[in-house]
Amino acid sequence: MEIINAFALIINYIIIPGLTYGCQLALGALGVTIIYTVLRFSNFAHGELMSFGAMTSILITWIISYFGISIFPLPTVILALPISILITISYCLLIDKYCFQYHRKKNSKNVISLIVSIGVMFFTSGLIRVLIGPNDRTINDGERFIISARKFKEITGLTEGISLKLSQSITIIVSIIAVVLLFWFLNKTKTGKSMRAYSDNKDLALLSGIKTENVIFYTWLITGTLACIAGTLYGLDKSYKPFTYLQLVLPIFAAAIVGGIGNPIGAIIGGFVISFSELLITFSYNKFLSYLIPINFLPEGSLQLLSTDYKIAISFIILVLVLILKPTGIYKGKLL
Amino acid sequence: MLLDVREIICGYENTIIVDGCNFSVKKGDIACIVGPNGAGKSTAMKAIFGLIPIKSGQVIFNNEDITSLNPQERVIKGMSFVPQNNNIFQEMSVEENLEMGAFIHQSSMKENLKNVYNLFPILNEKKSQVAGELSGGQRQQLAVGRALMTNPVLLMLDEPSAGVSPIVMKDLFTKLKAISKMGTSILVVEQNAKQALEISNLGFVLQNGKNKYSDTGKALLQNPEVRVSFLGG
Repeated sequence: MEIINAFALIINYIIIPGLTYGCQLALGALGVTIIYTVLRFSNFAHGELMSFGAMTSILITWIISYFGISIFPLPTVILALPISILITISYCLLIDKYCFQYHRKKNSKNVISLIVSIGVMFFTSGLIRVLIGPNDRTINDGERFIISARKFKEITGLTEGISLKLSQSITIIVSIIAVVLLFWFLNKTKTGKSMRAYSDNKDLALLSGIKTENVIFYTWLITGTLACIAGTLYGLDKSYKPFTYLQLVLPIFAAAIVGGIGNPIGAIIGGFVISFSELLITFSYNKFLSYLIPINFLPEGSLQLLSTDYKIAISFIILVLVLILKPTGIYKGKLL
Repeated sequence: MLLDVREIICGYENTIIVDGCNFSVKKGDIACIVGPNGAGKSTAMKAIFGLIPIKSGQVIFNNEDITSLNPQERVIKGMSFVPQNNNIFQEMSVEENLEMGAFIHQSSMKENLKNVYNLFPILNEKKSQVAGELSGGQRQQLAVGRALMTNPVLLMLDEPSAGVSPIVMKDLFTKLKAISKMGTSILVVEQNAKQALEISNLGFVLQNGKNKYSDTGKALLQNPEVRVSFLGG
């Protein structure tokens, strides 16, 4: 019984949140990795693009709710998502047209595009504050729990409960759908293959008649879609605070690089490596051990390796370690 | 005349590498450009394909002046180019490489694919393998196969034998002959002058960016001056 309680604790506080957060990071890292492979620069604006996507989702949710439409028990934001994806894609294409295209035509060095992306990041974050303001917003108007901890305890009779939030299951399901569609697109469709060909050998792709403009259009289409989904899911799961997305850039880049930048599978694995490391290192093992060893032997204190305040430092440490020890990442990615 | 290159002058920045050269390829022929290192062979071929700008001169293809077209437009006109390096998509499978070759000729893709597999059976065997894992000779076959997928009238190859073993090279040249028999004209730049001239109807010997000799392959092979200076006796 005690062991089962210990496991329930781990599932409730590490496995479920880890999977959810990992999915959000993986979707973000996929966006970063796709821009990196095709356009050859690190897009630091990706966090703000996610925020932009989440913001449009919220604005559209408000409009939908105004007309009294809802799909309870599911949150209304699900209805808003397709429209906000389209808006985010349009925003990406506009940004590309007015910021990145100029340097591409001029054949500028890739680092220039990286700097431009930092400018885009500041611009976007400013735009978001103008449009929706810096306040904290909750968008989850659906059912909160699929299984609440109390109900779980009543059913199983355990002291530890496992709760599964609706937002968590939506995150996981939507992520799986998005990833499956993405891989199908990249590996099975002509356009997807031409994108891979372009990122593999640009000159030969041009010789084969693949058009740069088309590849770039589809790249932003995918990036915008992924950013909007990831941002909205993150906002749905926690709550929407514009400044948190700036802090998401680091774990997202860490995920992309840990997995091997340029490799989509790597980005997904990297997302989970980062999310589980953050949770495992900041988890307080005191209660967990109390189920496994006699109380007398239990050490004092919360048995936390690092305080949760240092969460962001963990992805930074992993990033530095990977860059020193295995710069190509888990899957052989391109060197930065 | 399928391809007629008249008095082209080209080079990089301030240096002129190809200084007034003439080349021509007849329908169904194999023509080769040979010469010592630094003679401007590859540069001339890149200029013919539009990869580097021409300072003066004309490129006539199928009785049409294509001097101002970019490489992609020349591909649509029926030219196809196999670069010397980086001529395959390393991270994609063999079949995907060929599919990308057919990007602009989607309608006849199945048929072209069959032809390429008939010509290079090894590619059919390894069609789901990642191209980066192929051996040097197989890579060259794949590179040629990819270029053939656009259904070209003129296939241009830049040093196809660079870095492959003599046996593979011989095999590749036999394949080139088979391709020309099927109706595709070939223009090839070669370091191995002897073997290239043996399969060529026309040969152009370059030296210091100028045409030194132009004659049929056989005549060049028998020309004592060519033999002494370019074929090693």
